[in-house]
Amino acid sequence: MSARRIFARPARFAAIAPYVWMVLFFLVPFGFVLKISLSQTAIAQPPYEPVFDLTAGWTAIRAAFAALSIDNFRLLASDDIYVFAYLRSLTVAVTATALLLLIGYPIAYGMARLPKRWQAVAMVLVIVPFWTSFLIRIYAWINILQHDGLLNQILLALHLVSQPVVWLSTDTAMYIGIVYSYLPFMILPLYATLAKMEPALEEAASDLGAPPGAVFWLVTFPLSLPGVGAGVLLCFIPIVGEFVIPDLLAGSNSLMIGQTLWLEFFTNKDWPVASAAAIALLVMLLLPLLFYERLQRRQLEEQ
Amino acid sequence: MTDESPRTGAAANAAGDAHPAAGEPLLRIEGVAKTFGTFRAVDGVSLDVKAGEFFALLGPSGCGKTTLLRMLAGFEAPDEGRILLGGRDIAQALPHERPINMMFQNYALFPHLSVRDNIAFGLKRSGMARAEIAPRVAEMVALVKLEGLEKRKPDQLSGGQRQRVALARALARRPQLLLLDEPLAALDKKLRESTQRELMELQRRLGMTFIIVTHDQEEAMTMASRIGVMKSGKLAQVAPPRELYEAPRSRWIAEFVGDINLFDAESKLRDGHRLVIGTRDAGTLVVAEPRQPFGDSRFSVAIRPEKVKLSRRGPVSEAGHGTAINVLDGVIADICYLGGTTTYKVKLDTGGTVQASVANSARLDVDAYSLNQQIVAWFTPDDCVVLPS
Repeated sequence: MSARRIFARPARFAAIAPYVWMVLFFLVPFGFVLKISLSQTAIAQPPYEPVFDLTAGWTAIRAAFAALSIDNFRLLASDDIYVFAYLRSLTVAVTATALLLLIGYPIAYGMARLPKRWQAVAMVLVIVPFWTSFLIRIYAWINILQHDGLLNQILLALHLVSQPVVWLSTDTAMYIGIVYSYLPFMILPLYATLAKMEPALEEAASDLGAPPGAVFWLVTFPLSLPGVGAGVLLCFIPIVGEFVIPDLLAGSNSLMIGQTLWLEFFTNKDWPVASAAAIALLVMLLLPLLFYERLQRRQLEEQ
Repeated sequence: MTDESPRTGAAANAAGDAHPAAGEPLLRIEGVAKTFGTFRAVDGVSLDVKAGEFFALLGPSGCGKTTLLRMLAGFEAPDEGRILLGGRDIAQALPHERPINMMFQNYALFPHLSVRDNIAFGLKRSGMARAEIAPRVAEMVALVKLEGLEKRKPDQLSGGQRQRVALARALARRPQLLLLDEPLAALDKKLRESTQRELMELQRRLGMTFIIVTHDQEEAMTMASRIGVMKSGKLAQVAPPRELYEAPRSRWIAEFVGDINLFDAESKLRDGHRLVIGTRDAGTLVVAEPRQPFGDSRFSVAIRPEKVKLSRRGPVSEAGHGTAINVLDGVIADICYLGGTTTYKVKLDTGGTVQASVANSARLDVDAYSLNQQIVAWFTPDDCVVLPS
């Protein structure tokens, strides 16, 4: 009994710690953002009203509460700019994630089937680009893709094209940038599940008469679904909110929600609308997360 | 590759049923070899297995038995040699093209599929009609006594149940040849023994050909009708269990299969059908002349511990036991009580030691020997084997 009591306190603290963290660094800031999203713009410091002043007394606080409204959310839903920005973000994220899965899966599969010592090398090769600043890598792509950049030089030298192709400021350039930047986030969870998989399972399937394609679709792929789920989420969620890559590589005629948010916040100084956009984005991203969690819980229950 | 390449030929053939002609073995392995890097895992193995046999490949780890089995299943392609199943070379055929199924060491059950779907997996691949699959699965479930567990996933089963699912899954396609890779290694001793009996019973009832790989000589002895002992990629001896145990072909086999006392020989004299052999540690021993002639190279006399008798005085009359008996004097140096038997280590006056395994046929130990007791160990010439060293 006494031994258990000794361990009880630190154990309880360890159990609480993540919640404390969540409250301090997620829920509290989220509360601020939520409050700002329900406020109105004002030419003031801070640039919105009402401002809660806890020293002003009970009636003032009640008045401030009464001044909150959901007008900003109404604006988001009614103004085409925002609706299109959300739709574009989702389209880009879905397309890019699908591309990432198509490119990342074969790479992860190949890595998992390498001899053990080469797996470590491959892993380093996947991670090494991270050692360079993200921004520098995107600027490098601008260099490669620009009018007289490396890509056009090669294409011209090989006589594949007769004049330089416009790459920069196109969706193609943006997708290249996104796929390039997020590939490790797709590969690593896929690799982790595939490397863990017992090779005998694939052998058993082929022993039982399954040709290679059937082995993949009936055994390998279903068993790698947790990795697919993790990789898809790790890529999809940040890509929806992506700001830098579309800003630097894509054209400026259609904006993603991340760019819109930036504009509202820094150019228009409209904090309340920017906050409302951020909260709407968060809610939108929670849906796939909740779906994934339910899927995982169901898998756990089945076991 | 030419048009007559073995791969395409075997692929076309293996899909159909291969039936060996009368007198032909079901499986013929001819000079098969496999090298990994510089390591020759399987080194020129030739072997015939008849239909309906329960054959065991026995050997220490790294002897090549698993590689040989994997070549039969198609997971490795031999570098040399042919593998004929029912007369057709399948050496280069892919695993899914062979009428052979395998039960994997750790069962390799598909964790995302239920027991039923695991068993049906192979049937669905074989293009069996949907209406036929369900009754076949039910038959297999009944065969391995898993009724009521059809909807469970593998990780909801015990080790023994999983082993049964693996067996049912491998048997469902009615393969011409069933390969079993250490099928009982993951089970505890009691369960292993009962499963051994069930496997034998099943094999007899189905009349199927089984090839089992094991490092457990007791398991091989119990189940198999014939055993192939492998050492460093080669088949050292192929024989029924009794012959393997009583007439091992080399000193290494004798020591690998069971316990044995070995005495290095120094001289030999022929005396009718007997050999009189002078040994370094056990004096002069009289042994029956071996059936196979052996050269004048170094050799030793071998005797199994359970064939060594112990008594306080020598055997009553030497004449009563034929012409000659080997009688060795010594003292008990070590006693190991094992329940059914007791193993005594006897330090011989001539310098060597001999182990004797004595059945504990009486519950009370009135007859047991004690440490340091003067004792006589004796055995007949027929119980000895002469082995080249």
